[in-house]
Amino acid sequence: MASNSSGGSSDRQRIAQQRLRIIAGHLQRPVDGDSAILAAECKAQGSKPDTSREEKTVPRRRQEIMKWNGWGYSDSRFLFNKKGQAEFTGKRYRLSGMIIPGLKDWFECTFGASLQHKTPATPLLNSSAVQPPTLNEAFVEELKSTGIPFSQDAEDRVFRAHGHCLHEIFALREGKFGRVPDMVVWPNCHNDVVKIVELASKHNVCLIPYGGGTSVSSALECPPEETRSIVSLDTSQMNRILWVDEKNLTAHVEAGIVGQDLERLLNESGYCTGHEPDSMEFSSLGGWVATRASGMKKNIYGNIEDLVVHIKMVTPQGVIEKSCQGPRMSTGPDIHHFIMGSEGTLGVVTEVTMKIRPMPEYQKYGSVVFPNFEQGVACLREVARQRCAPASIRLMDNEQFKFGHALKPQVSSIFTSFLDGLKKFYITKFKGFDPNRLCVATLLFEGDREKVLQHEKQVYDIAAKFGGLAAGEDNGQRGYMLTFVIAYLRDLGMDYYVIGESFETSVPWDRVLDICRNVKARIVRECKERGVQFPPLSTCRVTQTYDAGACVYFYFAFNYRGLSDPVHVYEQVEHAAREEILANGGSLSHHHGVGKLRKEWMRETVSNVGMGMLKSVKDYVDPNNIFGNRNLL
Amino acid sequence: MASKAVYSQRDPMLKKRDDFEDILEERRNSSDLRYALRCYAPVVYKGLCPSKAGTLKSMVLQSDQLHYVIHQVCRETGRAVDDVQEEVSSILEEMAHRLQLSTVRFFAFTLSKVFKTLFRSICVNEEGIQRLQQAIQEHPVVLLPSHRSYMDFLLMSYLLYTYDLALPVIAAGMDFMGMKFVGEMLRMSGAFFIRRSFGGDKLYWAVFSEYVKTMLKNGFAPVEFFLEGTRSRTSKSLTPKLGLLNIVMDPFFKGEVFDVSLVPVSISYERILEESLYARELLGVPKPKESTSGLIKARKVLSEDYGSIHVYFGQPVSVRSLAEGRVNRCQFNLIPRHIPKKPSEDIHSFVNDSAYRLVRAQEENMVLKPWVLLASLLLQNQVSGQKRGIALDELTEQAVWLRDLSRQYGAFLHWPEHTPPSEVVSSSLSLHRGLVRISEGRVQLALGQSYAVTPEEELLSQAVIILSCASYRNQALHVFLRPALLASAIHTASSNKKQEVFNSFSFLRNMFSNEFILCPGTYCMLFTSHWCCVSQDVLVTERGHRTLVFLTSMLDPFLQGYQVVCRFLCEEATEALTEKQFIPAVRKFIIKHLLAGRLRYTEVLSSDLQKNSLAALLRLGAVRKIKGYQGTLKVNTVMVNSLEDTLGKKPAVRNQQCLGSFQNISTLSVFFCLGGKLPTQKAVIARL
Repeated sequence: MASNSSGGSSDRQRIAQQRLRIIAGHLQRPVDGDSAILAAECKAQGSKPDTSREEKTVPRRRQEIMKWNGWGYSDSRFLFNKKGQAEFTGKRYRLSGMIIPGLKDWFECTFGASLQHKTPATPLLNSSAVQPPTLNEAFVEELKSTGIPFSQDAEDRVFRAHGHCLHEIFALREGKFGRVPDMVVWPNCHNDVVKIVELASKHNVCLIPYGGGTSVSSALECPPEETRSIVSLDTSQMNRILWVDEKNLTAHVEAGIVGQDLERLLNESGYCTGHEPDSMEFSSLGGWVATRASGMKKNIYGNIEDLVVHIKMVTPQGVIEKSCQGPRMSTGPDIHHFIMGSEGTLGVVTEVTMKIRPMPEYQKYGSVVFPNFEQGVACLREVARQRCAPASIRLMDNEQFKFGHALKPQVSSIFTSFLDGLKKFYITKFKGFDPNRLCVATLLFEGDREKVLQHEKQVYDIAAKFGGLAAGEDNGQRGYMLTFVIAYLRDLGMDYYVIGESFETSVPWDRVLDICRNVKARIVRECKERGVQFPPLSTCRVTQTYDAGACVYFYFAFNYRGLSDPVHVYEQVEHAAREEILANGGSLSHHHGVGKLRKEWMRETVSNVGMGMLKSVKDYVDPNNIFGNRNLL
Repeated sequence: MASKAVYSQRDPMLKKRDDFEDILEERRNSSDLRYALRCYAPVVYKGLCPSKAGTLKSMVLQSDQLHYVIHQVCRETGRAVDDVQEEVSSILEEMAHRLQLSTVRFFAFTLSKVFKTLFRSICVNEEGIQRLQQAIQEHPVVLLPSHRSYMDFLLMSYLLYTYDLALPVIAAGMDFMGMKFVGEMLRMSGAFFIRRSFGGDKLYWAVFSEYVKTMLKNGFAPVEFFLEGTRSRTSKSLTPKLGLLNIVMDPFFKGEVFDVSLVPVSISYERILEESLYARELLGVPKPKESTSGLIKARKVLSEDYGSIHVYFGQPVSVRSLAEGRVNRCQFNLIPRHIPKKPSEDIHSFVNDSAYRLVRAQEENMVLKPWVLLASLLLQNQVSGQKRGIALDELTEQAVWLRDLSRQYGAFLHWPEHTPPSEVVSSSLSLHRGLVRISEGRVQLALGQSYAVTPEEELLSQAVIILSCASYRNQALHVFLRPALLASAIHTASSNKKQEVFNSFSFLRNMFSNEFILCPGTYCMLFTSHWCCVSQDVLVTERGHRTLVFLTSMLDPFLQGYQVVCRFLCEEATEALTEKQFIPAVRKFIIKHLLAGRLRYTEVLSSDLQKNSLAALLRLGAVRKIKGYQGTLKVNTVMVNSLEDTLGKKPAVRNQQCLGSFQNISTLSVFFCLGGKLPTQKAVIARL
């Protein structure tokens, strides 16, 4: 962090280092056990030699590096050590191997939780508890003849039966499995997918595309009423950058690539896409397209719909794609918009041509402290009005600010802690900020150095008008780190009776404050009414700014000791919170998607006619419901 | 969950009501001055944006809503923006309160003195105060007191000051402002003034609603207003006015606040200060214009004993809970919220229903004094033609019977438990010396003591006594109203078939919906559910019969009143009768008939009853208002005639004892005897 300001090496080099550290500096060598099957690898695509030099994160057998019943890598997790201090294991993250002294107190105070009361997860995946697969023999036979790798192994199937909704993870931790896919196939390229879809159509097999598995909308859940054989189509092995076009600044990429690989590989040749959703370590390009994803730096690079130039998708009716790569077309409704957000109900996205940008020369974090949330929102609104939002600007409320504070790793020098104390004194005593009301905005600037500094000044000037005080790069950076470790923290909570999740919405500017207040209050009230014994954590942040509104993110967690069916209570509260969001003029989803979790509100969201439109597309493209995950509609 | 809140305090048999505490007791024992100057630090709304009365004004002036309306007015009228803005400022100036603690302290001091002279005690339910204190911290609070006296809002502020609660801002009628000095004093104690009527004035409405909303949203202070709109001269609750309720609910609908707590407050006076004033007003002596000198003249009231006051702070009602499943708040998603919009159909009906339920809650929590029962009995006795009055011990016996009956029906009766009934009765009677006369151990209304010259004058002076007395009876009316409607329905119905009775019941209910607080909606279902109870075992009891007679007599004056208005409209209404002339004309008609002995109830002289019946006829379409002719009334004679007939199936003049068929009585008897014992059933009746 401190090294940010200590110039020395060239900016470019420094940024590359930094980025690698933050996002992708935690890679393992690819674990690719049986390369024998790769014999069937597609030969059609000519790949640039330098990008085909494989160093991929996600192996076919995800269990080799990832948890089966929690978030992320097996080697990275939070735990309370013997001294009762929180620490983060592994070597992958900045926080890895560090002690986080403030977390325990925060955890105990916020949730009324205690380290004495543990709720450990089932340690091992018990394969015998998994339903035996329902196989479509004819399909399996023909699939074998194509040479495309597949598996009926229980572990493989369980891994692809869920996303990361609370109820999904909770059930896994208890060792409970519902309907899981009957087999998993790993196509290697577009043509493999074409073959699989043809076979599935021929034999009436249900296909569920699987990318990074980071869904939080129940989108990956197998519909329990599905009687056909369910095949999970895992795109993770379709992870090559097929070409980079430096003249047009585009890259053609297979859709199974995960975010961190895409960025890392492009970075190596000096480019980036700039698309960085919080899940980018694990989520895939195809998943982004299928859910209309949004990245934290959308202010510079745009959301996924702004980034794609060309999409290739395999459907039961055949392949859909545009005939050229014109940057904009007036050719009727944009067919890309049938694909984006289709959530795996129409087909599989196999290849995407995406815009790329030269890597930014300079990057700088920042943060601003506001006396209260109202002022903070007013500032963000002004920034949006002047259209001068930095690459990322996020405003955390007071609870989240405290949360972020609790995640401060142990400081090595007395000097730093002294400085911290001084800062705190300055803000609370000298400037008169109420520590229980103040909130903080985190900023990330990107571009060439001069412009970044200029930009920074502009933003800080606006902030000052709303009573904001610059609070340093360190706070800003820690804010962004939080987004990468929050999912790991949920697993820690679940070890100690605390469950929670996040959800998001988008809302016009004039309603931002109202929606934040009302949804948070609704959560607290619903918890109380449903017998939750401890006050919940109910907090929000404004994570994106637009011309006409903002994206708001809510975190909600509570201590469930004393409840007989905590997941049900959780779901009821989340349901109520969503109702509250809709009643306050918020959208059903900004970027998580609808899946099956929010389906019930689709009709009122898009109107009857809108529903009919979507249905008729589905009916034409996939009349036999081969892509039968039953999301969205 | 939603609907129960209003009713949760309903049944005293099921849940003991809160205890009262007399706040005057402490005042009699310690220094008023110290009390007035004591440290006042109320709890405030947790989302409070601290602001002064002055900043409040500028917040209103700068609001988007006002900007929008100002520009709209400019566009429509071609006036300059500055000009309109100036008007807005002056409206606001005229309206705004200037709440000052010093003025409140002044009132705290003087009112202590005044209250101690006037009243024996002022009893407040402390649990209600605690609930209110809680509510004030959680959400913006709206106080909804009943309105029976000028005293009400001073009393409210006094109480809140006493209990160290946030002082309210109070919507007051402009007529107060006419009282020069006092108007300003009230303003400084938190009153803000609104014009009585500003129907079409868009600008006024915008300023007014924005002013109220701004105070509410920022948690500046609890907002207080009277749902009934004006003081009830009859002690019956008035049908609620929706304007202000709409305004205070709006911030919730639009998501500007998480919730709003509505707190119904029931204030009951053992003896109302304006007692005979009201009666005169109802008889056509116009209300004296409020003036400071008038107030000073009213000083003589200071020498009299007005008994005690009971104030019950009801359960706070959450607008959010009320609206759950009834209002789709998404309807505000597609238009900017500052653009004024007429409330949609569902919002309108929701606000209307809520208003009725809140008034019902006020009624339910209204403490009734023994005198209220005595007034009912004395009135009935007087009408039955007993010229010599009723023997004191008989009255006591009847009162005890009625006490038990009213309790069965859920009345919130404050009857001293450890005093012999005879003492209770005589002390009540002595407090109301002006209305009753006791001679030779017999009690009767104090009629005929005047020195009137003409029979008409004598009639009017008697009517003053009777209407005063009726206003006390009316306090208990809500307790008996629903069973009384059913009793009358069974009576008027041509047979005892369920359907017939139901028709008759619905008819009465519909007819009287301007007269009484009858919650709109679901009565069909409720009728059915208790009809089932009624038509089970048949059992005749003496007690059931007595109840039935009492109940039908309760409603009779109203039946006759409506009938006579119908008759007037058929017989005497000319082509040119305007709305304005209606009351004097019908009064003349009634006086004529009363003097001729053709009408039983002097009560029907009440202009309130006459107005209500006209409103009912207008609503039913039996009378139409022709526009453009100063509100000329056009009477549909056929319809009015048939309404009169339907009302008169049981001629009110007929002997009370002459009740319908045997079976009718018996079914009812069962019902009325069971009434108190089946809580579920009672709840059903109360909700009718």
